[in-house]
Amino acid sequence: MNPLDILLLVPLAGFLLMLVLPKAGTGPIRVFALIISVVAFLMSLGIAIGYKSGVPGQQFVTDLIWIQNPNIHYHVGLDGLSLWLVVLTTFLTPIGILLSWQSVRKDIKPFFALLLLLEFALIGVFSALDLVIYYGFWELTLLPMYLFIGVWGSGSRSAATMKFFLYTFAGSVLMLAGIIFLAGRVGTTNYSAVLDAVNSGKLALSATEELLLFLGFFTAFAIKLALFPLHTWLPSAYASAPAAATMMLAAVMAKMGTYSIMRFCLPLFPSAARRCANFIIVLAIVTILYGALVALVQPNIKRLVAYSSMSHIGFVVLGIFSFTQLGLDGAVYQMLCHGVTTGCLFVLIGFLSHRRPTLDIADYSGVATAAPWFSTAFLIATLASIGLPLLNNFVGEFLILQGAAQAYFPYAVWAALGVILSACYMLWMYQRVFYGESRERLPDMNLREWFCVVPLIAAMFWMGIGTQTFLPVISATNAKLLEQSRANEPFRVQLGTQFGNQELVANGR
Amino acid sequence: MAAELFPAGTMPPAEDILRILPEIILAGTATVLMVMVPLLKNRLSSMYGHISIVAMLAAMAAALYDLNITGLAFSNLLIVDGFAVFFRVLVLAVGVVSVLSSYRFLSRDQVETGEYHALLLFSLSGQCLMVASNSLIMVFIGLEISSIATYILCGYLRDDKRANESALKYFLLGSFATAFFLYGVAIIYGATGSTNILDIHKATTNWTFYTPLTVTHNPPPAMVGIAMALMFVGLAFKISGAPFQIWAPDVYQGAPTPVTAFMSTAPKAAAFAIFIRIFMTAFASQSGTWEPMVWLSALLSMTIGNFAALMQNNVKRMMAYSSIAHAGYVLVALAARSEIGTASAMFYLAAYACMNLGVFAVVVHLSGKGEHHLSLDDFSGLAQRQPVTAGLLTILILSLVGVPLTGGFFGKFYIFKAALQSNLIWLTILGLLNSAVAAYYYLRLVVFMYMREPGEVTRDLQPLPLTLRAALVLPVIGTFALGIFPGALIKFANQSALLIR
Repeated sequence: MNPLDILLLVPLAGFLLMLVLPKAGTGPIRVFALIISVVAFLMSLGIAIGYKSGVPGQQFVTDLIWIQNPNIHYHVGLDGLSLWLVVLTTFLTPIGILLSWQSVRKDIKPFFALLLLLEFALIGVFSALDLVIYYGFWELTLLPMYLFIGVWGSGSRSAATMKFFLYTFAGSVLMLAGIIFLAGRVGTTNYSAVLDAVNSGKLALSATEELLLFLGFFTAFAIKLALFPLHTWLPSAYASAPAAATMMLAAVMAKMGTYSIMRFCLPLFPSAARRCANFIIVLAIVTILYGALVALVQPNIKRLVAYSSMSHIGFVVLGIFSFTQLGLDGAVYQMLCHGVTTGCLFVLIGFLSHRRPTLDIADYSGVATAAPWFSTAFLIATLASIGLPLLNNFVGEFLILQGAAQAYFPYAVWAALGVILSACYMLWMYQRVFYGESRERLPDMNLREWFCVVPLIAAMFWMGIGTQTFLPVISATNAKLLEQSRANEPFRVQLGTQFGNQELVANGR
Repeated sequence: MAAELFPAGTMPPAEDILRILPEIILAGTATVLMVMVPLLKNRLSSMYGHISIVAMLAAMAAALYDLNITGLAFSNLLIVDGFAVFFRVLVLAVGVVSVLSSYRFLSRDQVETGEYHALLLFSLSGQCLMVASNSLIMVFIGLEISSIATYILCGYLRDDKRANESALKYFLLGSFATAFFLYGVAIIYGATGSTNILDIHKATTNWTFYTPLTVTHNPPPAMVGIAMALMFVGLAFKISGAPFQIWAPDVYQGAPTPVTAFMSTAPKAAAFAIFIRIFMTAFASQSGTWEPMVWLSALLSMTIGNFAALMQNNVKRMMAYSSIAHAGYVLVALAARSEIGTASAMFYLAAYACMNLGVFAVVVHLSGKGEHHLSLDDFSGLAQRQPVTAGLLTILILSLVGVPLTGGFFGKFYIFKAALQSNLIWLTILGLLNSAVAAYYYLRLVVFMYMREPGEVTRDLQPLPLTLRAALVLPVIGTFALGIFPGALIKFANQSALLIR
């Protein structure tokens, strides 16, 4: 058993134990969940330290046959793409537990048990290397989130959770159709075997087949990450979910979409991905600008940050489909940064909603006077979110914009508008909520809340300054990914400058 | 007597008797039960249930034993192969779980009688006969034994208006549909000179090879086509496939819940078995002709079933429409016209039996005396009152939705894999989108259980009695077994699917 298997087992065992254990008081349940999640976090740190940097392939691999027909493997492993996302998941779960410490009042046991189940499913999504196993984990993430919103949510929670579930489920059945098709053609769902079949040309897909498969997978992922026309589930789900669930939804679950595009769409269907790249980039830019503009007029803090989160995820898609090393590196880095920053913002919003029932901007004023430490933490997260240098988002967005500029300069220009807009809506919101006349007494942060926020702020600084901790691992994997995504591309000849950006396709005819 | 029935030298060999042993056990026990009723009055009312469970288990053992002596029996009238054994065991298992969920219903409504169990046993014996028949006449006999017993079971609550409506509707329409089937049999007999499925297969496959005494010419294609269409109508009625599904919601809703559970699984599985055997064996060479018919029926069943279920507030009615939709999925497997399609249909029927029976066990639990509490509202807050029941029901619902680790997922996986390998791309995409629609109404049940405050039904709910608990837990175990280790069953299904010709 390798460390990754044990890492998967820890939250699952925690979940099952909590179900079986008798009804204890709220105290032991919370402490137990916290211990499990901290153990998982420490283990994932151990894995990150033990990871051999600069090696592009999968590490910590377990590959066992589960079912003979169809050939399904239990196959998990980590590479530069997934390693840090797993760490992000285990990093945020204990924070989610601390965040729900007092704000969850009913059905404590199932809530914390489901948080552990969600952690298990998310680690599974990021480490699965078999299509069916991956699909299983993907669907498994839906279940806890569905219940979080439906049982512990606020507002029109039933409608929100239905919308959320149906949207994502409809997307994933299209992906399932693709998986079944590949399983039938290749004879196995083991991802490395499928990838080999694609790279070696053994699996010869016609252009239409490849395009349809690409779109099937991509639609599922685009819904998950809330790409422009498929984003309508997002505001109601984010607004209705309890604080910890919103945090996990924005910080980790949105990454499932972007991660999966890089893991599956690019290497499996390289030519279709390149054919669609321009359309998708346009959608990404629309997402960035649309999210930002809608955030500008939101009267509710949580909805504002929800739209801002959507806008920032647009950058990741832009980076991916720029098909440049810088863009891809930036995309992965931005996934992590977005997880930490948006996660932190939602944590802080959770604190706020625990203090007062409303989250409308108009109901607040002068919070900075009443709760100075809280306001400072919020300011740091806000500045990180708008891409202040020395803080994390700056690195990710800068790399992405550079990559986009290499691909086609106007893309970078349009996307950069989103950065400017993000400064507008975030700072304006900050001004209205935190400055002005203090109307009401608000308690400042307590010790438990400090424990939530300090690691996140530390991570923001670290990721803003110590980029070399993360980037080499990511770059090595991305270089390989870029290579793979050229596999089926017809041989291209770059002509001299007199032809401008034109490319001549020389495919032998 | 024996000497008259079987003149010297024609006494059936012992193996033939063994091959029909399950039916003998079932019919014998049923007859004994009928005799016991007037003798014992109602003194040992729950005893009848125990006896019928024992009989079903014995029949199951006999059916499994038949795996060692597969072959034709009674002058090729019966065929005992892996396929037949699979379906015999499946319907018998369904029977056992149905009896388990009947105890509570029968004692609650004070209608415990031996007839109920005897009819169930007769119905099962008809289904066992059906799935093992190699002659269209035997198919018809089995179909009638099974159907007539089921008609009576539907109207078992004599004083209930809905039950009477259900029984009468089922009987009238069912007989009408069976007549279609019989007409098809007559025409195919006229065309090929035989009712034996294997002989029809030879006659239609190799047009010049087959010349029985009465027929010196090849069977005319038009007649074969008409026969196929007529048999399709009869069988599509039995499996509630569109456009012959109209009866299902009313009948399912009116029948007593344990009977609905039984009816939506066992007779349906048996009808599918014979559907597969006739169309994949007798008319295998004509598959190009019947494929569009099945294709269309599959799509209609899935779509009508799922979209109509969206609007239902009565759980039994909703499950009736869902059952139409699931018949559509199995028809997709048939439209694939391949051995893996057949195997996937077998797997799906097993998985479907598990999830459906479990859901109905909970419905029996909640519906209360006279079965008045059947609306979605009555599930409100179940999770707060009985979290384990709600949890198990959620697992079954997730299986109906087709979430991984449950039997329902692999059922769909195999079916659509078979469909894609037969190039049914559009049917696959539409089928999978249909399953997303289905997620909506299944999850509504979860919403009511988890996200509503307990209503008056759940507030005064008794704990589950032991028998109902078994009727709920067994299907859940089956669902997980099929979802985590599907390999063994699909392997067996693949082997038996290869051999049905």
